[in-house]
Order: sequence, then C-alpha cells, then structure tokens
Amino acid sequence: MKHDKIERNVGILIILTMLAISAGGLVEIVPLFFIKETVEKVDGVRPYSPLELRGRDIYIREGCYLCHSQMIRPFRDEALRYGHYSLAAESKYDHPFQWGSKRTGPDLARVGGKYSNDWQTQHLTAPRSLVSQSVMPNYPWLSKTDLDYADIQDRMRALRVTGVPYSTSQAEYDKNVKEFGEETAKNLHIPDAEKNLIAQAQAGNFDTNPDKLTEMDALVSYLQMLGTLVDFRKYDDDYFAKFR
Amino acid sequence: MTTASVTNTEQYNYEVIRKFAIMTLVWGVVGMLVGVYIASELAFPALNFDIPYITFGRLRPVHTGAVIFGFGGSALFATSYYIVQRTCQARLFSSGLANFTFWGWQTIIVLAALGDVLGYSQGREYAEMEWPIDLLIEVVWVAYLVLFVGTLMKRKQPHIYVANWFYLAFILATALLHTFNNLAVPVSLFSMKSYSLFSGAQDAMTQWWYGHNAVGFFLTAAFLGMMYYFVPKQAGRPIYSYRLSVLHFWALIFLYMWAGAHHLHWTAIPDWTSTLAATFSIMLLLPSWGGMVNGILTLSGAWEKMRTDPVIRFLIVSLSFYGMSTFEGPVMSLKDVNALSHYTDWTIGHVHSGALGWVAMVTFGSFYHLIPKLWNTKMFSNRLINVHFWLATIGILLYITAMWISGIMQGLMWRAFDDFGNLQYAFIESVAAAHNLYIMRAVGGLFFLSGMVLMCYNMYKTIKSGSTEQQA
Repeated sequence: MKHDKIERNVGILIILTMLAISAGGLVEIVPLFFIKETVEKVDGVRPYSPLELRGRDIYIREGCYLCHSQMIRPFRDEALRYGHYSLAAESKYDHPFQWGSKRTGPDLARVGGKYSNDWQTQHLTAPRSLVSQSVMPNYPWLSKTDLDYADIQDRMRALRVTGVPYSTSQAEYDKNVKEFGEETAKNLHIPDAEKNLIAQAQAGNFDTNPDKLTEMDALVSYLQMLGTLVDFRKYDDDYFAKFR
Repeated sequence: MTTASVTNTEQYNYEVIRKFAIMTLVWGVVGMLVGVYIASELAFPALNFDIPYITFGRLRPVHTGAVIFGFGGSALFATSYYIVQRTCQARLFSSGLANFTFWGWQTIIVLAALGDVLGYSQGREYAEMEWPIDLLIEVVWVAYLVLFVGTLMKRKQPHIYVANWFYLAFILATALLHTFNNLAVPVSLFSMKSYSLFSGAQDAMTQWWYGHNAVGFFLTAAFLGMMYYFVPKQAGRPIYSYRLSVLHFWALIFLYMWAGAHHLHWTAIPDWTSTLAATFSIMLLLPSWGGMVNGILTLSGAWEKMRTDPVIRFLIVSLSFYGMSTFEGPVMSLKDVNALSHYTDWTIGHVHSGALGWVAMVTFGSFYHLIPKLWNTKMFSNRLINVHFWLATIGILLYITAMWISGIMQGLMWRAFDDFGNLQYAFIESVAAAHNLYIMRAVGGLFFLSGMVLMCYNMYKTIKSGSTEQQA
C-alpha cells in the first residue's frame, strides 16, 4: 500500500496507529498475568494487617516512594547494604507496587526490624536529630494525629475486589487459616478489622505513646514488617534463580 | 504547508488557542517555580517548614503535574488546534467542544495540584491523580480526540500533513496509557482513595509502560508534531525529507511502546521483558535521530538564520538536546550502565535534558512564532528572546552537569568496597556528598525559571500591542 493512501484517509491512519502502539504492551505485559513463573512460589508472604494497611496508605499519602525504593537488586553491594534481593512474590499484595525509581534516601524493602520503634518514631519526627546530614523532611504531625480508621473495612473490601484474600465469610476465613495460619487469618477477617487494628497498635506500641492511637503507630507498624515475611534461610540461592 | 487566503474573519477558531497559549505560560511559571522550590528543599531541608502540604513528597507531583500536563499539555492543545486548522484549512468543527477541552483541562490541572498537596495520591509517578480526576481526564481526552479527528475530516486539503500524524498518535496513545494505568477500585463512592487493580510485578510493568510512554508520546511524539510545523514555517523552507518523516513516524510510535521495562532493569520482573525492553530502546535511537536530522537539515541552505533569528536558535538547539537525550536514553537502558545509573540523580538529569532542553525549548521557539500570529502583531523585543535563550541554555547546562556528577558519584559510592571487602561508604555519605551539587541544580533551575518569567513579560508586552481581530 502506498503511504499516500494512509495520508488521505484518517480512518486507516487511526487503525494503523492503534495497531502500531498496541503491540508492545500486548507482548510484554499481558503474558505476565498468565506465566506462572512471574511470581515466585514462596512461604510467608501475606496481605497486610488492618494497621499495616493504614500505615501503607500514609506512606503513599506522604509520597515516600518518591525518595525511597522498595526493590533490592541482585548485586553484592545491595546484598551487604540491604539484604537479600527482592522477590516479585514479596509485593504480590501491593496495590499499587511501591518499588520506586529513586534513592534520595536508602532502600526500605527490608527496613523492618532494623531499627527500634523508638528510633523510627524519633527519626520520622525529626530525622536530623539522629542523622545530622539527612535531607528528609520532618513529619511531626504523624504522632500528633489520631489515626482515622473509620473506613478500614471499606478499604479492605476494595482490596478484596482486586484479589487480595481478605475474608468476609466463615468459609473464606477457614481457607485463610489453611493458607496463612490462624494468627494471620484473624487479621485478614474484614468484620473484625477495627478490633484487630486496635489490638495490634496496643500490643506493638509503635509510636512509643501507649495512650494514643496515631498515624505514627500505623506507619511504623508498616515499616517494621517490610521485608520480614520470607525466611530466606529456608531456600538455597538456586531456588529463586529458576523464576527469573 | 498551508497558503490560506483568509477572507472570512471566522475562518479559524483562534480564541481557544489564545486561551491555551496564555495558560501554557502561567503553568510554565508555576511548575518551574515549584521545581526550583523542591530542588531547594533537597539542598536545604529546613524549607519543608514542617508543613505537610509543602513537603517534598507532596510537592513533587505538583511540579511534575504542572510542567507536564499544565505547561506541556496546554502547549500541545494550543499548537495542535493551530496546526490542524492551518494545515487542513478548516475551522475546528465545534467551538463548544473546544471550549470544553480548555475549561476541562484547566480544572484537571488545578484539581490534581490540590489533590497532591492534600495527600490524595495513587502512589504512581506522573499518575498521582486519584480516580475522580482520572475519570474527568478520560472525558476531556475523548472530547479532544473527537474534535481533532472531526476537524481532520473536514479538511480542504487531500493530504493529512505530517505534524497531524504525530498529534493524532499522541492523542490515541495517551488515551490508551491513561486508561490502563489507572484501573483502580475506589474505597467507596465518596472516598478519594482507591487501590490499583494490578499488584506487584504486573502493576510495575503497567506503570512504567505508562511512565515511559508519557515521555514517548506526550513529551516526544506530540512535540515532534510541533517541530514539523514551526521549524519549516520559521525557516521558510520545506521539511528536509518526506520519506524520512514517514519512516521515523511509524518506527517511533511502534518501538516506543516496548521500551518501558528498561525502568525496571534488575528488579523482580522476568529477565526476558527487561532484555526485550533494552533491545527496543537501542533500536529507538534510529527513529529518534531520524526526527532530529529531519528537523535540523530543514535549515540547510539557511544556516545564517542561526545567527540572525533567535527563534530558529531555540528550535535548532531544542533538536540538538533532543538528539543528545535520545542518545543518552538508549545508553542508560543497557543493563550494565543502568546498574550504575538507576536510582541515582543521573536519571533526573536525563529527564531534564529532555524536558528542559527539548520540550520546553521547542515550545519557547514555537510560541515566539505563534503568539504574534495569534494577536496580529510582532514580538515586542527580539533582544529579550535572545536573553531568554541564553538564560535557558545556561540553566540547562548547570542542571544536567550537576546531576551527571551527583548521579555517577552516588552510583560509584554505593558500590565501592574497601580493602577488606566491606562497603566503603554509609548511605548518608552519598547524601552529604551531593549537597553542593543540589545547590548547583537549584541555581540552574532558577536560571531557567527567570528565562520563563522574562518570556512572560515579553509576551505580555506583545499581546498588549496586538489585536485579536483576524485579518485577511
């Protein structure tokens, strides 16, 4: 066909353009939903508890992902600095993913358990009081603001629609007990969300102020579980390579 | 190119173009001002002032939204409406629809900025806008498509001019990208919060398919459309090669869509996607340079205009920056280079050599041609255009040099080992080492911003001396 024909017919131009721009996504993205090896088979990964979920929402609200990645690459220096490289499985319940694209600050994929709750709270409130050369903003309002969890059940239900196995019925709950164990399954049960959220905050005392349930509680509970779900001692190095 | 013999004052709808043109200038100043501010926050974190609404994390999407969609978007609406009417010798087929796209688009930019500072965010770069704004974008964009295609259909020329192919591809691709990247489930009908439909690796692929092609189509293909009209117009010469424009158009729009996964090298996506993306990124060099060559060689035989015409200088230098950043891009998409450059300031420098050097410069050049035409007058001062050119050029050079140095430095510091095989630097040492370079970057931004402000003054004087009556 002569190009002249395309230039004279807007319909043909539109159709050919649509074909040209659709190919890439169809070949590179669509198969990822069907190829099983895209996400590794691994024990331990579970959806977020209600408190952690609220913490993650705050992480997104404050735009933390614009300066912190959550994706450790398979290099020697990153292994020493951050730990085992990140697996796709570790973010399979992440709606949206928070891998990030920039490290103005360090990677946070395995920050969980590296620092105490005290340290995290102090650091978020006034980073330069602990790390004098840090350029991170202060977030003093986090420990002053009561956590709003009025719509926590709505939030979990929305995630349930996307495929996260939060349970509403006894049958779903039982299925979660089988897959994640009883302790975790309880936390995934939507009707008990408020109760579980308060219980975790009280038991964890993440903001080091037991009298108040604040946004700091939620955010620190999220940070403290990041990268802690998979027990890498259970797998040898070759196991994950199969999925790459 | 059109040789319209205008007899009817109503032949073209310039009114909507004038409105978009003015908002381009406004959003340019706002977006670049916020850019300079957040750059300064990284150099001096006290500037965050412990106020949630102006912390770096919330202002950064305000910056990207205002410059990409406010400045860039308004410039594209303005120039596409101008070019489609002039090259088709047909009036926009609906003034109502044209006005709707103007008010709709401006509302979107304002709502997006408000949403960002208030903390409503989807947590996706360049797609932070929450679901109600996304729906509004969808509606306005369909109106834009209908208006653009409708006007093409009533053209009096048998051929659709090359600039319009690029604008059409940009409108179609943006619709496709925006729709699939923003699939999300709202928490409730009255909540601004939503969760993305996809998760993890698939979500990452979707986001960077979007993110990369927002650059490829919004910031490249469409601005090539701008180039294909204003460079030959201002130079007074036909496009260098028709054949090349056909070839590089189809190659560009086909190849771009495959390249997104180079933003995800060494991450938890399958290796084959990453390799495929790198391969296509390298191939992309050819059509990119095809466009650059076609633009620059349009000037052959009229090179003296580079000395005498500051508008040509803007246009040709923008094409040079386009060539430079589309060479740098494929280099950075090589896995071994990316291992060093990813997560560092090098990426930020790369984006800005494209965004400031190419997108903003080609817009400046085009607007110095366009605005006097829209108001039936001449530019108030050619000298100020020249000053603007140098402020912008110096600003870009400061900016990208600072980011090259800090980026490569960060990459090298993070992977440095001492004699005992331990990491040589703590992370914070790389932050401290970037301090002076962050100041230099902010100063570069300030240069660029002052050029933008100067342009506004020049335009204000020009518009004041003009009239909106369409002449024969």
